[in-house]
Amino acid sequence: MKALSDIRVASLLALALLVAGGFALPDWALFLMTIGLAKALVSLGIVVQMRAGLVSFGQGLFFCIGAYVAGLMANFAGLTDIFVLTGISVLACLAIGGIFGPLLANYRGIFFAMLSLSLSMILYGILSKMNSLGGTDGLNVAAPTFAGYAPEGRALSLSLYLYTSVIVVAIGAVLRTGFDSQHGLVSLAVRSNELRVEYLGASVRRTNAINYVISAMLGGIGGVITGLAIGHVDPEYAYWTTSGEFVFVAILAGYLSIPAVFVASIILELVRSFSNLYFPNTWQMVLGVFLLVIILTLPNGLGSLFHRRREGGS
Amino acid sequence: MSTSAKTEAPALETRGLMKSFGAVTAAHDITVSVPERAVWSLIGTNGAGKTTFVNMVTGYLHPDQGTILFQGRDITSLGPREVTRAGICRSFQIPQLCSELTVLENVLVALAIADPKPPSFFRKARESEAEDRAMEILKRFRIEEHRGRLMTELSAGVRKLLDIAMSMCGHPKVMLLDEPTSGVAAEEKFPIMDLVMEALAAENVTTLFVEHDMDIVTRYSDRVLAFYDGRIIADDAPDEVLGDPQVQRYVTGTAPAEATS
Repeated sequence: MKALSDIRVASLLALALLVAGGFALPDWALFLMTIGLAKALVSLGIVVQMRAGLVSFGQGLFFCIGAYVAGLMANFAGLTDIFVLTGISVLACLAIGGIFGPLLANYRGIFFAMLSLSLSMILYGILSKMNSLGGTDGLNVAAPTFAGYAPEGRALSLSLYLYTSVIVVAIGAVLRTGFDSQHGLVSLAVRSNELRVEYLGASVRRTNAINYVISAMLGGIGGVITGLAIGHVDPEYAYWTTSGEFVFVAILAGYLSIPAVFVASIILELVRSFSNLYFPNTWQMVLGVFLLVIILTLPNGLGSLFHRRREGGS
Repeated sequence: MSTSAKTEAPALETRGLMKSFGAVTAAHDITVSVPERAVWSLIGTNGAGKTTFVNMVTGYLHPDQGTILFQGRDITSLGPREVTRAGICRSFQIPQLCSELTVLENVLVALAIADPKPPSFFRKARESEAEDRAMEILKRFRIEEHRGRLMTELSAGVRKLLDIAMSMCGHPKVMLLDEPTSGVAAEEKFPIMDLVMEALAAENVTTLFVEHDMDIVTRYSDRVLAFYDGRIIADDAPDEVLGDPQVQRYVTGTAPAEATS
């Protein structure tokens, strides 16, 4: 019970901080934070899988599906309500993750990584060739509404940021509960010793499939918010470099701490923005050096700064 | 081969198990019938077929021929998870532990999995009831003082005990211990076996253990299977088996000079 109340208190504090920040931040920072938090959700999906020892290089698949579902619903069905768009995108990712999850759960290591990557690249190829969906140019997405409220200008940016903040805090709390749950502990056991887990009577495949589906839904939510914030979706959402950025954030953050994923994602967005401005041709090098420093100094990622093991475990 | 003389329904029965790896026959016509609550030991030199037998019974390997019955149920084609769920657990020669988790967390994982319901996303792993049960198990094996330690900080004996303790969380009906005292300091062997056998006896678990130390074999088992070249060459009470000239020649190496020449 104490842990549950700890999560509630931490969630409320985080939400208060994010909301207060939203009113204080300038427009550019509001947009950067929205994108950083939304993409962190996608990376969080990779972290969910990392806790069981798998790294997906195809998280762009669900990021893209989420964004395109929102774009298509807005353009072809006239749906602009962000709650409905998020719900539909999550269901779409749940369905597709439910199909591929049990299949990919049979694979490990580089095979899992490459198979997940191939799925996202197949989607990239399909979308690039489909002129009815805008081909490589993609689609413009109408501004979202919020249960009938249709803000514009800064009010829209702020509304989207606040929506993202609520989603992020809610998902953070649910995932923290999940990480501390029986399933979460079994995932860590799978990461350490699959043979032992099977010989205790649990299914490693089932554990990995569940994590894949959770990861798919997180990818979808991140895709919806990013697509709506940018106002445009294109096949690049599923491209391997996009998936690579999510992996980058997951490695930077490590698998121990949820807040670290959001911090890492915002750092990436900041480095990208400022490096683009000041070192337009070498910003990837800056990122690479930054990642190297983190790997060398904090092998378990930024999260190891926030997360200390207690007696008897984490 | 031979079967137990006892009349109870067997807890574990194998019939004509055969297993080959290329040209090497690791199990040849292995037929045993282990009664409920028996404590049997498996002896033999390296490569004699003991671990292959354990691996077949626990679903890690499937026999080329033959049948494995657990309380009358055919489990020949089941994998490790299904065999464990059925009620047969094992420990390993090299303890199979979760290296990134503490001792307590290892037991909590075992308890979460032993629950009839699949591990839940919404049920806390460290709720007080589960922690109390985990601590009870650690106390039973006298390793509670290590609860917060990682595997790298544990002695070989503690790792062996933890490996067995985790297997016991599922309340098995049959337990197979693969060399429970290998790698353990000489002075720790008997205390470890005392703890393990006491815990197994308390739950009426039928036990088979692979062992190279004949003092342990004699002290703890009521029947011995001697393996050689994938076959069972002797199956009897410990004194009878250890006095068997074939066993002395091929397994224990204690045969008199004229017998081995």
